[in-house]
Parts: sequence; C-alpha cells; structure tokens
Amino acid sequence: MKNSKIVLIFALILGLGIFLSACGSSANNKDTDTSANEKENASGTEGEVTDFSIAMVTDQGGVDDKSFNQSAWEGLQEFGEENGLSKGNGINYAQSTGQADFMPNITRLVRDKYDVILATGFLLKEDIQKAAEQFPESNFVIVDETVDAPNAASVAFAEHQGSFLVGVAAAMKSETGKLGFVGGIDSPLIAKFEAGFVAGAKSVNPDITVDVQYAEHFSDPAKGKLIASNMYDNGVDVIYHAAGGTGNGVFNQAKDIKQNDPDRQVWVIGVDRDQHEEGQIGENNVTLTSMVKRVDVAAKEVANLAKNGEFPGGETLEFGIEENGIAITTSNEEAMTEDIIQAVDEWQEKILNGEVEVPKTREELKTFEESL
Amino acid sequence: MANNKRLITILIPIISVLLGLIAGAIIMLASGYNPIAGYTALWNGAFGDSYTIGETIRRTTPYILTGLSIAFAFRTGLFNIGAEGQVIVGWLAAIWVGLAVDAPMIIHLPLAILASIAAGALWAFVPGILKAKLGVHEVIVTIMMNYIALFSANEIIRKVLTDGGTTTESIPATASLASPWLQSITFYSRMHYGILIALFAAVIMWFIIERTTLGYELKAVGYNQHASKYAGMNVSKNIVLTMVIAGAFAGLAGAMEGLGTYGTISVMSGNINIGFDGIAVALLGANNPLGVVFAAFLFGALKEGAGEMPTGAGVPTELVDIIIALIIFFVASSYIIRWALLRFKKGEK
Repeated sequence: MKNSKIVLIFALILGLGIFLSACGSSANNKDTDTSANEKENASGTEGEVTDFSIAMVTDQGGVDDKSFNQSAWEGLQEFGEENGLSKGNGINYAQSTGQADFMPNITRLVRDKYDVILATGFLLKEDIQKAAEQFPESNFVIVDETVDAPNAASVAFAEHQGSFLVGVAAAMKSETGKLGFVGGIDSPLIAKFEAGFVAGAKSVNPDITVDVQYAEHFSDPAKGKLIASNMYDNGVDVIYHAAGGTGNGVFNQAKDIKQNDPDRQVWVIGVDRDQHEEGQIGENNVTLTSMVKRVDVAAKEVANLAKNGEFPGGETLEFGIEENGIAITTSNEEAMTEDIIQAVDEWQEKILNGEVEVPKTREELKTFEESL
Repeated sequence: MANNKRLITILIPIISVLLGLIAGAIIMLASGYNPIAGYTALWNGAFGDSYTIGETIRRTTPYILTGLSIAFAFRTGLFNIGAEGQVIVGWLAAIWVGLAVDAPMIIHLPLAILASIAAGALWAFVPGILKAKLGVHEVIVTIMMNYIALFSANEIIRKVLTDGGTTTESIPATASLASPWLQSITFYSRMHYGILIALFAAVIMWFIIERTTLGYELKAVGYNQHASKYAGMNVSKNIVLTMVIAGAFAGLAGAMEGLGTYGTISVMSGNINIGFDGIAVALLGANNPLGVVFAAFLFGALKEGAGEMPTGAGVPTELVDIIIALIIFFVASSYIIRWALLRFKKGEK
C-alpha cells in the first residue's frame, strides 16, 4: 500500500518532468529555427532596415507606467512604424519588477540578438555598465545616467530647465502661496527636478513655500496619494511630482478632492509625458501642465543613429529645451492662462540666452535663492 | 500511521504546485494565451541553457536561507515576518564590512559573512526579547522592524556609504563570493559560491532541530509552551534563541545578495520581497530543511523563468504574478486543509 503510493508520486513527478522537458526541447528547436531564419534574412537583405533591431529594458515602473518607460516605448514604436518593425519583430521590451530582474532581462535581449539595448532609468546603471563590458559586440544606451564604455551611449536631459518652467507656472497659479513637490527616490537625478522647480517658483515669488517630500518608491501610488492628501490638507494647491508610477496616486488624490468639491483649486503638474489624460475628472482637469521629457525623441534619435551605423558609443547625448528634449505642455487651456504662458515663455527665453543659470543641485539652489 | 502522515506531508506541496500550474493554465487559456507556450517559456527561462540555470541557482540561494529562517522560527511556534528586514540589515552589514575593512580574502570574506549573520541575529533579537519578556507579539514587532531596517539602510547608504548617491562602490574581490569560474561556465550568469553556504545552512538547521537537545527543547516549546515550562525548560531563553538563529539565517541571505550577486547595495524603493517570499517557501517546504531547499528551488525557477514569459510567449508579466500567487494560495490552503485534517483526527480519538 505504502509502496504503491510512493510509486504513484514518482510517476507524477516523472510525468511532469517529461512533459516540461518535452516542451522545453520543442521550443528550443523553434528558437534555433527562427534564429536560423533571421540569419538568412540578414545575409539576404543586407543593408535594409529589417535587420536592425532595438529593445528596451524597463525599470520597475513597467512599460505602462504612464510616464518615463512608456514614453521610451512610444519612441521605439514610432521608430518601428517608420521602419516597418513591430513588437517582437525588430522592436521589443522586457519589463523588470525589481533590481533582480535587470541583469537577466538585459542578458536575455543580448542573446536574442538585439543590436541596441536601451535601458530606461538610472537604476540600471550598474547592470548596463557590467553588460557593456561583458558583451562588447552589443550596443547599449542608458537614459538618465552615464555609463563609461565604448559600446554604450548615455542620454541626459536638462530636467532642471523644464522643472524651472513648471515652477514658474505653479507659482503663478498658486493662490495659497504653498507648493508641493513629490519625488520618487531621493537621488541626484530627482534632486535636479526639485532644485529646478523650487528655483522657478521662487523666481516668480520669493516668499512662496515648497513642501518637498519623497515617497522612496517609483511605483507606489498608495504612498503618493497619502503624501498628496497631507499636502492638500495643509493648504498646498499645486503639486509637482517626479515620481513615475507613484505620481499616479497624486493624480488620484487631486481628482478625489475635485470630485467632492469641484470649486476647490487643486492642481497637479505631470512629469515625463503629457499627463493631461491622467488629470481628467468629469468636465474638470487637475493637470495644470506637464514637464515633458521627450524620452521618445531621444529613444527614436538613438535608434535612428544606430540604424544608420552612427551609434554614439562612449558619448553622452544631451537633450535640453534647445534640442526639443524638454518641453512644457499647454494641453489644459483653461488652467494655463495667457499670463502664465507668457511668463513661462519669458523665462524660457532667459534660460536659452543664458541670463538665468538654473540650479541642478540643492547646493546650487541655495546660492540661487540667496542671489534673488 | 506515521508513514501515512509523512506521505501526506510530502504529497500536499506537490499537489498544490500541480494545482497552481493547472489553474494558471486555465487562466492563460481564458485570457487567450497559449498555456503550453507560456509554460515552455517559463521552463526555458529557468532551465533553457547554462545561463538561465546559473541565474536560477543564484535566485534560489537567498530563498533557501530566508525559507530556513522562517521554517526555523515556525518550529518553535514563532512567525518571523521580519526576515525581510533581517535580510536588509545583513546585506548592509556585509557590504559595510566589505568596503570598510581591508584584509586578505581568508579573513575578509568570513568577516563580512559573520557581520551579516550578526546583524540579522541582532535584528531578530529585539522582537525575540520583547516576546519573551513582555509578551509582545512577534508578528507586530518584526513587521515594524522591517520598515526600520529599510529606511535606516537607505539613509545609511545615502549619508555614510556614499555621498548622497544611490548605490555604493563595488566591494573588493577579497570580500566577494562571486566566482569568475562559475560565471564562465554559465555564460556570465551571476551564480556564486553562496549556494554552497545555503545548502550547508540547511544541514545545520537539520542538525540543530533533529540532533541536539536545544532542537528538542525548541520543538517542545513550539508544541506546547506551558508543558515545556512545566517540564523545566526555559521558555523565554528558547524563544530568544530561536529568533536569533532565525535572524542569523535571514541575515546570511542578505550576504548572498550583497557579497554574491550584486557586490553593492542600492537604495531600496520598498520591499525587496526575499523575506516575504521566504514565508511561502517555508510553507511549501513544510518547515523541513530539505523541503525548504526544494521549495526554494521551485520559487527560484518560477521567478527566474517568469522573466522569459513576456518575451518568449507574449504572456504579460501580470499573469506570471497571478500564477505564482495561485501556487502560494494552494500551498497556504493545503496548510489549512492539513490543519483541519489533523483537528478532525484528534476529534475522532
């Protein structure tokens, strides 16, 4: 009796093992088949666009974070449309749910023979650095950080400039004289947003106060909502978030307030993408404006360069207001009044002609504030 | 009878896993994905070639240790939800020693590992002593300790280990568990010697529980505190000791990540989940060291293979999480079923 049960268990395990390994081998065959096909294609149609491929690895925000990663993916999709590529066929993405996934995702894409691997977010720096050294044949791009390798390009944005401009808009819009800033993870990058925003707001009104808080997470909307709720309760009426998915919680809170009391003035400033849609609640929209970081422009630009054999390995590409890499949106026509747009344009002019040097760090911000 | 019981203990986890996989397949079918393609991708992602096997083993290593940590505490009737925090402090301590000390490998590496064990043990000592002396429930304290660990570690990384940065420097080779040889045979996977330490830890746990007076006392306290006290055992001492040993295992898991996989510590945005997954591992492994090793391996394979499912079969990552959750669900409910069964049998007598 006892023996027969043990036999049964072994049979079950063995059965599962055989089943799974059978699946495994058949898929391997498929893989090798397709890669063989790809090779044929590659040799047959040399020089044509089809043999170029690019894939991205997201950080933990995921490809639908309505922000940074999504923007990069939109850039790749646009590039794909122009060159007849589609997801799984020339362009692709691998999502990471945490730090542990970065390296396996990168390696997977390397082994799937993507020509260029784009990593969105400074969290991936170490892994891209390592991968660039391990796989000298592949090309890597990292956004928001710099990686030092001949086969890796770095993309940097002048976020402080854009943040300065939304700071100007926020200060003009605020009635209470209190602004809020919700950051993702306290880091040099997000501090750049913070410094620019505070500087912009204080340039318009030196007495304005900015409540700065960090959620310590890029994909925790609940935390974002909690922070926003505290801020709005304390009289803050405009919140600028630089917190990826966490920022969705800020939008939720603002929309909740707006729904309960449509006359109350609460605003959110979006980041990375035009987050106008996120702020829509009934007939109202709580999105004042968005600091758009055109990750899509950068992703497309890099993809085009690489496709034409001009991959900027070892270089850092800068995208600022001048390069169309940074912009601020005016989708909310009711909220962004003529005066605000005019003021923003004036300050933009001042940044472009060098009259204003926007601070990038908290130290620079301090000197900036003293000079006001 | 005893054999029968043992058989049930082995059968239940296996059945749960099968049920979880089948339920996952049904969900994939219902959502319009091909379950065979999905599981094929899962298999390839975990065991497809030497690289993925290496990565699977790497991912398994800390799971074994956190699983042991929780299983060990369970044996004494304690629920160590704090493995998460203990992993973080262990990781931090290992990296700190790795960066601060300059010594030859034979001293440096053991020192860094010991630091992680000490940190994890210390982190578990607090809830242990509170439970033993004041009767504060260990679940509450360990959960709180998780947050203290997370945010203190982040602050230390920012203010002490780096100058406002988010990731520390890499530790020198003298403190690293990473092995160029293991990496070279597994296509640059991050497999490291930690797996040997983890397996050794499983043997240690088995030895303590099954072959020492201490283990006997710990189990006795787990079965019935009052009876143990009446029999002359020092219950408070045993509770503290259990937590300390459990914490040491979890701290060691942190060293695996720090000294083996990453060689650095980064500012963590929320939970790293190695500790929480350890709870499921311990459940699935029926709190038995050997069971934990197998369960950890299954979890490592599932988590590693999951990465391949979106690119390999177009199955979205969210579905992968559902499948993993389902398996945990069946494991957890099997635990309830077994508990109910035992109750039922007791009633019969």
